[in-house]
Amino acid sequence: MDYDSLGLMAGIEIHQQLDTREKLFCHCETRLRESSESNRKYFRYLRATESELGEIDRAAREEMKMERKFTYHAYDTTCLVEDDEEPPGPLNPEALSLCLTIAKVFGMTPIDQIHIMRKLVIDGSNTSGFQRTALVAVNGYLPSDGDIETICLEEEACQRIEGDNFSLDRLGIPLVEITTGPFMRTPDEVQATAAYLGMVLRSTGKVKRGLGTIRQDINISIKDGSRVEIKGVQELDLISEVVRREITRQVSLLQIRDELLRRGASVSSETKDVTSLLKGTKSEVLKRAERIIVVTLKGFGGLVGSEVQPGRRFGTELSDYAKKCGVGGIFHTDELPAYGVTEAEVLSIRNFCESEPSDCLVLVSGNKREVICAARQVIDRAEAALTCVPEETRKMLPLGNTSYMRPLPGAARMYPETDVIPVKIKSEEWGRIIIPELLDVKAQRFVTAYGLDPAIARQVVFSEYLPLFEAGIEEGIKPAILSRTITSTLKELRREGVLISNLTNSDIISVLRAVDIGKVGKEAVPDLLLAVAEGTVVDAAIEKSSSGLTKDDIRVIVRKVISEREEFIREKGMGSLGPVMGIVMKEVRGAVDGKIISEVLKEEITSFLSGAESP
Amino acid sequence: MNQTFESGDLIRCRWGGKDFSGVYVTERDGSIVVKLSNGYNIGIPLSVCSIEQKSEDTNIIVKTIEQDKSLPVLSIISTGGTIASRIDYRTGAVTSQFDAEDIVRTIPGLAGIAQYRARRLYNILSENMTPSIWQELAREIYDEIKDGTYGVIVTHGTDTLAYSASAVSFMLDSPVPIVFVGSQRSADRPSSDNVMNALCSAKACVSHLGEVAVVMHSGSSDDRCSIHRATRVRKMHTSRRDAFQTISGEPLGHIEYPSLEVSLNPHTQHRNSKELSLNDKMDKNCALLYFYPGMDPSVIKRYEDCHGLVIAGTGLGHVNSGLIREIGHFIGNGGEVVMTSQCLHGRVCDRVYDTGRDLLLSGVIEGEEMLPETALVKLMWVLGNANGHEEVRSLMQSNLKGEFRMRSFYGL
Repeated sequence: MDYDSLGLMAGIEIHQQLDTREKLFCHCETRLRESSESNRKYFRYLRATESELGEIDRAAREEMKMERKFTYHAYDTTCLVEDDEEPPGPLNPEALSLCLTIAKVFGMTPIDQIHIMRKLVIDGSNTSGFQRTALVAVNGYLPSDGDIETICLEEEACQRIEGDNFSLDRLGIPLVEITTGPFMRTPDEVQATAAYLGMVLRSTGKVKRGLGTIRQDINISIKDGSRVEIKGVQELDLISEVVRREITRQVSLLQIRDELLRRGASVSSETKDVTSLLKGTKSEVLKRAERIIVVTLKGFGGLVGSEVQPGRRFGTELSDYAKKCGVGGIFHTDELPAYGVTEAEVLSIRNFCESEPSDCLVLVSGNKREVICAARQVIDRAEAALTCVPEETRKMLPLGNTSYMRPLPGAARMYPETDVIPVKIKSEEWGRIIIPELLDVKAQRFVTAYGLDPAIARQVVFSEYLPLFEAGIEEGIKPAILSRTITSTLKELRREGVLISNLTNSDIISVLRAVDIGKVGKEAVPDLLLAVAEGTVVDAAIEKSSSGLTKDDIRVIVRKVISEREEFIREKGMGSLGPVMGIVMKEVRGAVDGKIISEVLKEEITSFLSGAESP
Repeated sequence: MNQTFESGDLIRCRWGGKDFSGVYVTERDGSIVVKLSNGYNIGIPLSVCSIEQKSEDTNIIVKTIEQDKSLPVLSIISTGGTIASRIDYRTGAVTSQFDAEDIVRTIPGLAGIAQYRARRLYNILSENMTPSIWQELAREIYDEIKDGTYGVIVTHGTDTLAYSASAVSFMLDSPVPIVFVGSQRSADRPSSDNVMNALCSAKACVSHLGEVAVVMHSGSSDDRCSIHRATRVRKMHTSRRDAFQTISGEPLGHIEYPSLEVSLNPHTQHRNSKELSLNDKMDKNCALLYFYPGMDPSVIKRYEDCHGLVIAGTGLGHVNSGLIREIGHFIGNGGEVVMTSQCLHGRVCDRVYDTGRDLLLSGVIEGEEMLPETALVKLMWVLGNANGHEEVRSLMQSNLKGEFRMRSFYGL
């Protein structure tokens, strides 16, 4: 695809959870829980508030189409603030400082006085019905010459358990939101930018890790298309595919529009009730429905069934809109007869609605309230298809497709959080913030300073054990053994099911130091870490594993082994080193570093051989 | 540059090396607050901004609300606290709605329950309430009932809501329900308890209820509201939705949500069981004193100008023996002292220990099962209406408005 001529413009909003000790507006820890650990449940209804202009935000109105009861699961790690039963506390200074650190990396300018806002979100994911958010800094730049528009500090929303059940453990975890300018022109550039932003965030060493802790929203538009925001892209590798598929969707929708205009297509605002007509239907869905009505899309025939994304048709777009009213989906004549609806039934509906073969009829079924609402949605979406690609917020589906969530929110959905006092950023405070070494730079430094292989260096810096590596270096442990432990030993242990989360960095360093000074052999490291992970005190584990042999002790053993094999050694010369080494290792049962044994053995064989040669 | 902006003005500012436009909101702690086009407010120095366009009057879109003439008429009297509000997203300002139409527009469900006439009596924080306002409120309610209202909803800030409800309860005999309602979460937020509390209070007002009550959330979920007797209710939590609790005993009833089904308990006074009458005299010169260990007798002396004193004593109704003499003086000089308990639950009994017996000897009136706040309000009313110590004692120890029961039952 020629993105240039398509006029692709894309920007990213990246949301990253911060690994602070406490939540953004209360003193709860930021730990995620299993929903089975919940100790209390309650439920609420959320309602959009009318604005001064008599408007309810269009995105909020969409969410209100169904009256929804939201159930919240509380834990012994959540408090009344998450319950929306107590005013929020002051803004968490640790989170603010981290946010400012990230802002400084991008050369941004902090806001003089930060104001916490309430952003209306009534999909149930926030108990209050709004998300607290604050604009912290503006106008930064990327090495690629792209611009960062804003960085905001926000509270994370609840995790949806299923349906309208939400888990409160995640609510209130600090989140930074970085918004880039719409400077990206190709799908790959979007992915590369997301990767770079992710790297910068990781460089602080204070961001949460794991699936769902970082989410990208992508804003995409093409010439003649519209701005669409795709929410919640979690897998970095899928980003360019998501962008490509959105472009495909918009291009397809524009082609559909052109064809509709050519045909002189139109949407009838009148619906027809066909409930009685379909009384004897074999279709399971329609049989259950209290009411079935038909929307006539004049001249849409064949186009509703045409593909807009792999496996998704224009009809799927109509269906997404209808689903907002609580119906399971729609049927349309481009795909019928099917799903238990017979050809004869289609014909009778067509006759009843007096439709032309070039028309597409959409069947909406459900209860009375649902079908009226859903038909309206289908009509609105179909009408929009005659003019443009609607501006939407969409959510990502597996493999990179997207589905409709709600209209793009208007700006009319933020107002001040009066319960939190604005925070002044003092210039001394800004001045004191230290920019962390970026992981890209650090990886390069590890290559040059410690002689690590570039790929290993990258693995180390992006690993959660980077602090272990840096602490180990500080303690004088050799880089090679540190990097090997991080990139292979610990990974293997985890694969074997060892609870390596029980190991502290200082435990691991103690074990590696014991290797370094020859107290234990490096072969013993996995067993030692296993023992410590299972509860043995690290020093005791080392003692137990250590042979307790000094170099002199080893020399005695080595001499004994040599004296028993004089002939063999004389015959093989230095070539006997390998076989004899194996025998000595057996004698000391691996509890001594092979390097030390080999060193002693070399000395002793040399001296034996020279002695033997002498007259 | 010495310029002043007005809220709503479009201004042009430069920050972080870029120019941008925004709406001037207000000044705060030396910065000006600007609303950006993305909805965020930021605080920046005045000096970086200049006027771009003066504020224009925005067209407030008002949908007219048709009230259903077949429904009973309820009166809404607001004293402060918000039952309904609107947000101006241009500036972020939240404004309270007081007009009946505005309230019904903001809480559409109300229209299906009754017709409304609304009046804003005051717009004050409930901590700024005074006994004079209680009196004014009682008179206002009296007038509404005389005018034929089917029930009265009083919107009130929650902090002192129970005091006001209790005061109205003593001053008025009413054939129709008088329901006090508030919200613990501000009305501007989608999760506010205002809508459910308002709907439930309206529903209580068209029910068989016939006394002064407080209607608020029963629990943390949006599943039911409780109807509390005005003289037995207390705010028991600083922030929770279910802060209002009937102390000792059952609430008058409940309203389920969203069905809005009302159920009343047998001890509830029903509609039309009393004739309308107003007795709004009160002696405001009373005080409520919270006893603590080591309290000095001089503390009592400082109240010598008061006509009545309610003491929240410890346990069964005690103060340290050092205070008894001073309390005796206070009573000897014509004052009245009513003893209540910090325990809130249970009955005062000053006949068990010596301290209690000495208090009784000095002339202290046992406040029975009364909440300290209710006892204070009642004492003001009794002193405004009774003649002489004996009548005061007799009235204070009579159950006038359900403020205490003669028998205590198990359970809190």
